[in-house]
Order: sequence, then structure tokens, then C-alpha cells
Amino acid sequence: MSESSVATHAGHHREGFVKHYFFSLDHKMIGRQFLFTGLFMLVIGGLLAMMVRWQLGYPEEPLPFMGGFSEDFWDGESWWAQTAPFGIVTSEFYNTLFTMHATIMIFFVVMPIMVGGFGNFLIPICIGAKDMAFPVLNMLSYWTFVPGVLLMLLSFFVPGGAAGGGWTNYAPLAAVPDYAGVEGHWGVTLWCISLFIIGFSSLMGSINYITTIINMRAPGMTLFRMPLTVWSLFIVAILLLLALPVLTSALAMMVFDRMFGTHFFIPDGGGEPLLWQHLFWFFGHPEVYILVLPAMGVTSDVLAVFARKPIFGYRAMVYSMCAIALLSWVVWGHHMFQSGMDPVLGTAFTLTTMLIAVPSAIKTFNWLGTLWGSSIRFTTPMWFALGFVSLFTIGGLSGIFMASTPVDIFIHDTYYIVAHIHYVVAGIIFGIFAGLYFWFPKMFGRMMSETLGKLHFLFTFVFFNLTFFPMHFLGVGGHMRRIYNPTQYEFLQPWQEMNTFITMMALCLGASQIFFVINFIGSLFWGRRAEDNPWEANTLEWDAPSPPPHGNFLEDPVVYRGAYEYSSPEVEEDWLPQSVYLETAVAGPEGHD
Amino acid sequence: MLEQLIDLMNRLNVNMLNWLPEAASTYAQAIDEVFYIIYIITGLAFLLVTVLMFWFLLQFKARPGRRARYSHGNVALELIWTIVPTLVFLGIFFYSQSTWSIIKYPSEFPESDVQVRVVAKQFAWEFHYPGPDGEFDTDDDKMFDGDLYVPVNKVVGLMLRGSDVIHSFFVPEFRLKQDILPRRDIPAWFNATKTGRFEAPCAELCGPGHSGMKGWVNVYDDAEYQAWVAEQWPPAPVEEAPVDTGAGKTDQEDMPQGDVPLQDDVDQMDPGDSGQADIVE
Ligand code: HEM
Ligand SMILES: [Cu+2]
Ligand SMILES: [Cu+2]
Repeated sequence: MSESSVATHAGHHREGFVKHYFFSLDHKMIGRQFLFTGLFMLVIGGLLAMMVRWQLGYPEEPLPFMGGFSEDFWDGESWWAQTAPFGIVTSEFYNTLFTMHATIMIFFVVMPIMVGGFGNFLIPICIGAKDMAFPVLNMLSYWTFVPGVLLMLLSFFVPGGAAGGGWTNYAPLAAVPDYAGVEGHWGVTLWCISLFIIGFSSLMGSINYITTIINMRAPGMTLFRMPLTVWSLFIVAILLLLALPVLTSALAMMVFDRMFGTHFFIPDGGGEPLLWQHLFWFFGHPEVYILVLPAMGVTSDVLAVFARKPIFGYRAMVYSMCAIALLSWVVWGHHMFQSGMDPVLGTAFTLTTMLIAVPSAIKTFNWLGTLWGSSIRFTTPMWFALGFVSLFTIGGLSGIFMASTPVDIFIHDTYYIVAHIHYVVAGIIFGIFAGLYFWFPKMFGRMMSETLGKLHFLFTFVFFNLTFFPMHFLGVGGHMRRIYNPTQYEFLQPWQEMNTFITMMALCLGASQIFFVINFIGSLFWGRRAEDNPWEANTLEWDAPSPPPHGNFLEDPVVYRGAYEYSSPEVEEDWLPQSVYLETAVAGPEGHD
Repeated sequence: MLEQLIDLMNRLNVNMLNWLPEAASTYAQAIDEVFYIIYIITGLAFLLVTVLMFWFLLQFKARPGRRARYSHGNVALELIWTIVPTLVFLGIFFYSQSTWSIIKYPSEFPESDVQVRVVAKQFAWEFHYPGPDGEFDTDDDKMFDGDLYVPVNKVVGLMLRGSDVIHSFFVPEFRLKQDILPRRDIPAWFNATKTGRFEAPCAELCGPGHSGMKGWVNVYDDAEYQAWVAEQWPPAPVEEAPVDTGAGKTDQEDMPQGDVPLQDDVDQMDPGDSGQADIVE
């Protein structure tokens, strides 16, 4: 171990700072770059959400900390004085806030961290490869992502502000600049261009992942011996490859409509607004599974490690992910039940949507099966994985309500949807935290604090539920989503207290993340040095030194078994790494899973 | 059966559907019933998962000397939890479908007693009545800005027409929601079962004035409605009076006074900028 870290450090110095930290070809460094970018954007996206909640809890009252600005400041021409006069969120700015919040969380937090960060760091090392198949393409993927990030952030500062049509940016509101009611048409245009660009970044990544997984597995690493995290990322890469071009083309059409006078989505020139919705959701539903599958993979791996038990129904887990991937292409219409799409089509989409809920149910029960008869070590990553399971259960079940067309008539476009989205998509953040606490020792060679980690989990879990569960109630009360000021409606007057309560809980949820920030930064510099395999786990990444050097492994690994041989009767310890050769074992590299 | 269950949920204080706005249309009841059924099924599933999870967490905490069960799965169990959810979900599908088709399939719409055209624009509803001749786009048409007047227990047919962006006509008490697309007519219907005045917000983000875009549905009993009709379209004086009298007059004047909620709300909600008042005209 010490030898290897010496070797790594020697590597650092030879390489030079810029090459090592910025233009690295090493999959692990590129993974860390995506991770840090994603965490940075998480802070931004979180602050936007706090402002959205402030406006809903305390409509048209100045944001906190605005008293510090002078009268002169508000009279001035500065960006902030114009955007939020006297610290009050305007309705235009409000639309921008929730649009950019969702866009950032989906495209600039969950995707870069899960797919870019974990995908890059884990895929090669978990299958026993030295690096990705195309290291240069990999670096390019990150550096294509960066201008996308910058453009999206820049769009806040153009005249008229950033996009405000919702993360779904339905046409014609988004396709005709005049309808937005703001001066300046660059907001949505930059939104399109930015997503257009990061689409290419994801494409490069996904080609790389697919190639690497197909071609570069270590001897003995059959597909059905791969950890579920790798399986999930493999399937996600395929989904990305097929779904993103659809979004990319739709975005191009949108830009053409906005800037060059075409009418793809504008009925005044013979276009069709629903075409945008079909294209968007044809991408959009696979997208939500692109977001959630890696969290499912990570959760499965973390659960097995800390339950000290093989994952329950490994093959069923793989097949249900495949089923989700296939079915996700034929359910997009459930976002359009009330859109004016033929209601008969709605019937067909309900059927497929009900079917896609089945694999989700299977996975949940298999996670429970994994816990049954286990021997649980309650570490921080385990708590977050358990948190993900319980949040996903609620999110999956609330999906059933919306999949039922008649119920959806009422809850579509209400806070019920917002509750659902957050239980599934914001629940993914629990998967991210589970993965971060779990692989942090491998990524950075140091341990995180368990005490701070558990406090982080406790507060996050409690305030998460206090924030998002009551949104179901709002939805049942008919409270629309994306409205600027609920007090404008008589039937929503009784709900204002609940809105204020949710806002307070959301602020606490945001504040709870301080535990993570302290823990993450503190451990990065001062954490206890990590051993190679601190969690006593089986998968190949734990064979490599922490952190792994270029090329990952000190000697090329050979794989003799599946990833989940915990508490195997063949050995005394309760773990049995994939790469350990046992004399007594019946089979060699080609043997049983 | 359902009633007993609802009763039980009420006593246990776990009936979140108590917060539904009152049901005031014929199909509101039907929708709520599906809502309840799904709520009960998913509630039980949630309970099952949660109880099992807590039990396992308490029971199977690592202890020195105990080893986890070495098991890769159980085919019988896995088949059960594949097949049972499938059947339940299919059941929900068929149960939902009958209600959905009644409400939304144009081929199954009931014959309507009153026809109204709803025109949506940033950021207001306009309600157009065909007048005594029963034909739209004739001289006796009348338009009401923000207020819809309908008789109770009668089928009201709506033709939803968009002009600019997408809006969505939502009447929570009726459980009615339908998006409105520019340049398209989308049919919808309801049959109100209660008299009263119901808020009808726009449910689809439609721009900076989306919040506060709303109107009112006034459900009158038969006599009130007839009186209202008589007031709006006074019986023509003898024979063939030239029909176009008053056609040029704006409808605004005929509107019941004291109630233009929309404009007010839109104006008051904007603290600094005048941009959006302009859009409202
Ligand atoms: C158990 C299976 C699920 C079912 C049956 C389901 C069903 C639905 C339905 C019917 C809608 C549309 C509701 C409406 O707009 O009226 C919806 C919206 C949504 N779902 Fe799910 N869902 C499921 C799982 C997921 C998962 C796993 C994710 C993400 C990881 C997800 C993310 C979303 C998002 C983001 C939206 C809202 C999109 C928007 O309008 O902004 N869902 N879901
Ligand atoms: Cu979907
Ligand atoms: Cu509207």
C-alpha cells in the first residue's frame, strides 16, 4: 500500500499539475472532475430551490439577508437589483428559478455525478480494466461538458434572464420568444444550446462505457459476474446513446423555431406543439431511468456489502433493469394524458406504465430479501442506501396514482407530481450519498467521519420527508405546480400554512447539508488514511490501492466468482473477493457465478 | 366495503384524501373512487415494505458470532412478488380504464344540454355562448370574461380553444382538467351536481402571468339559470328584428359587475415590473 502511494505521487510530479488535474486522461481523475462539478452545481441548484420555497412560503416578501443592501443599491442598475427588486422574487424570476433548479439538478447534478463521476471512476476498476477504452474521448467528454455548464450559468445574466418555461420548456411558450413576456430572447436559446452541447458530452461518455464494458473485462469477469452498479451504468449508457439524439434534435428544432423562422412546434405556421412534447418525453422518460438506474445499482451493492449477504436474486435484478430499459421506450405518453393527445392513446400508455412498475416492485422486494437473514453493519453508506430504498418505495407507489388516467386528471400538474418527482429524483441524491460515503476511501484514499455521516443522514432523511411528504397533501388539495403565488387562489388559502411549514423544513433540509460539506472537505485533507479494503468488500476496486495509481492494479486481476459472495461457507471470513483463487473451489475462471 | 375502509382510515387518521376538494360533478365521485382504491392498495404495499424493513433492521443487526444466511435468492418467492404486483397493476389498469373512457373518449361523451366555447389566452379565460340560435359565430353570441354560467345537473359541453400558448382548464371540484392547445378545438364536458361558485385556475405554465390566471364557474339551479339566460338574451320583440343590434357592443358591459378577478390579481402580484400588465392588455 505505502509503496503504491509513493508510486502514485511520483506519477503526480512527473505529470505536472495542469496535466494531472485538468487534462488528465485517467478515468479516475475524469470521474473526480465530474464529481466536483456536479457537487458545485448541487449547491447552486439547492440555493435556487430555497428561493423557490421562500416565495411559496412567504409570497412576495423580501428574501432573507436582503436588508443589508442600501436604497442606492436597489435604485441601481446591478443585475440583482433588476432581477429581484428589493429582494422580492418577481414572477418572471420565479419561473426562471424553478426551471433552472430542475434543469440543473437533472442535467448538471445527477447525471454528471452518477454517470460522469461514478461511471468513470468505477466502470474500469470494477471490471478489472486499466482505463477506459478511449481515454482521449473520455477527457473530451468532460471538456465538452464544461462549456455547457458555463453557458447554462451565463444564461442567468442575459437580458430577460434564464429560461422560464419549466424544465420541460413546452412549445409554443418556449418556441416563440414573445410569449415569455420578458425582454430579451436569449434565456431559452442558451438553455437549448447548453443542453445540446452536454448531449454530445454524454454521447462520448456512453460510447466509451459500452465499449469498455464489452471489450475490457478482466479474465473471468463474465457479464453475470459484474457488480450491479456496473450493470446499471451499462444499461444507462445504452439508454443515453439512444435517447439523447432525440432530445438533441428536438432542441435544434426549437432553436430553429426561435431564431430562424421555422415552425416545427408553432401552429401559426402549421407546426405542432404536441410534437415537442412527444419528442421531449420520448427522451424524457428513458431519462428518468437514466437518472435512477445507477442509484439502484449503487444501492444494491452497498446493501449487499453491509448486509454481509449475497444480493437477493442477482439475475432477477439484472433482468428487471433490462425490462425497465426496454419498457421505458413505450411509456412516454403518461406525461401527456391531459395534453390533448388522443385519449385512446392514453389508455395504451397506462397499460405500459403499469407494466413498468413491475420491475421496480421486483427490485424493492429483492432489496428486502437481501436484508432478510443478513448481518447488518449500520455504516453511513448503509443508512443512505436504506434511505434510498424507502424513498424509492414511496416514489414508485405515488407513480401508480398518476399512471391511473382518471386519477391523473386531477393530480396532473399539481404538487402531487412535485412530491413524486422528489421522492424519485431527489431520492437519487440518497443513492449518490451512499455511493460517495462508500467509495470515498477508494477515490481519495481517506476515510470520512462516521459520526458526521450519520448525523448528515439523520437530519437529511427527517427533513427530506417533512419537506416532500406534505406535498402529496397539497396535491390532493388541488394545489397547482409552477404557480408563483398560491394566495391568489381562494381555494388554496387554507394551504398557505402548510406551504410555510414546507418552506421551513426545506430550509432545514438545506442547512443539514453542512454536515456533509464539513465531512467531505475535512476528510479530503485530514481524514484517516484508508486501507485498500476498509469495508471488507468483494469487488475488484477494493483490490487496488486506495487511491489507485494509473493503471489501477498492482497486478492484473483474474476473476473467479460473482460479486456477492458474502458469508460464503467456503471461507472463514464473511467475504470472499472476486479475485481470490480457492484451491477447494469447484470451478476456475469459467465457473459458477 | 369501500365505505367501511374509508371509515376505518378516518378513525385511524390516515385518510389523506379527506383533503380533496368537495366533489361537485358526476364523474368527480367516480374519480375519487379510483383514487381511494389506489390509495388503499399502495398504502398496504407501503405498510408491508416498511414493516418488513423495520423488522429486518432490528432483527438482523450484526452481532458477534452470528453469520448472515448464505442465500442467493428464492425462485418461488421471486415468482410470487413478480406475479402478484403484475396482477394488481393490471387490475388497476382495467378499473381505471372504464372511468377514463367515460370522461375523456369523445365517442362516449353524453349529449350536452349547454354548449360553451372556452377560449384561453395569456392570461384569461373567455367563455363564448352561442346564444338562442345555438350556433357559434353568429350575431347573438356572447362572451363573458372570466365567468362561466351553467345550470346544475345538466351536461355542459365545452369546446376548448387556444390562441397563444398551452393552457389547461382546471376545475378542482369537478375533477376536470384538460390542456388547451393553440389553434385546436378540444372537447370536454362536465355535469355539475352542486350549485355554487367554483374557481377555475389555469394548470399549465403559460408565462409570467400564469399564476393568477383563473376564472369562475357559476353553477345555478334551473330557475336561476333560466333567469340569467333571459337577462342576457332578452326575448326578441316581435318578428324579425334585425339581428345585429347590439352585436357591436362589447360584452364587457353585459357582464355582471364587481368581478374581474383576473386583472386585479395579475396587477397586484407584480411588485416592480410593468411588463406583464401589458400582456394582459
Ligand atoms: C414506479 C414506476 C413509476 C411510475 C408508474 C411513474 C409514473 C409517472 C407518471 C404517470 C408521471 C406523469 C404524471 C403527470 O405529469 O401527470 C410521472 C412523472 C414523473 N416521473 Fe414518474 N413514475 C415512476 C417512476 C419514476 C422514476 C423512477 C423516476 C425518476 C427517477 C420518475 C420521475 C418522474 C418525473 C421527473 C416526473 C415529472 C416530469 C414533469 O412533469 O416534470 N418516475 N411519473
Ligand atoms: Cu415518465
Ligand atoms: Cu394559462
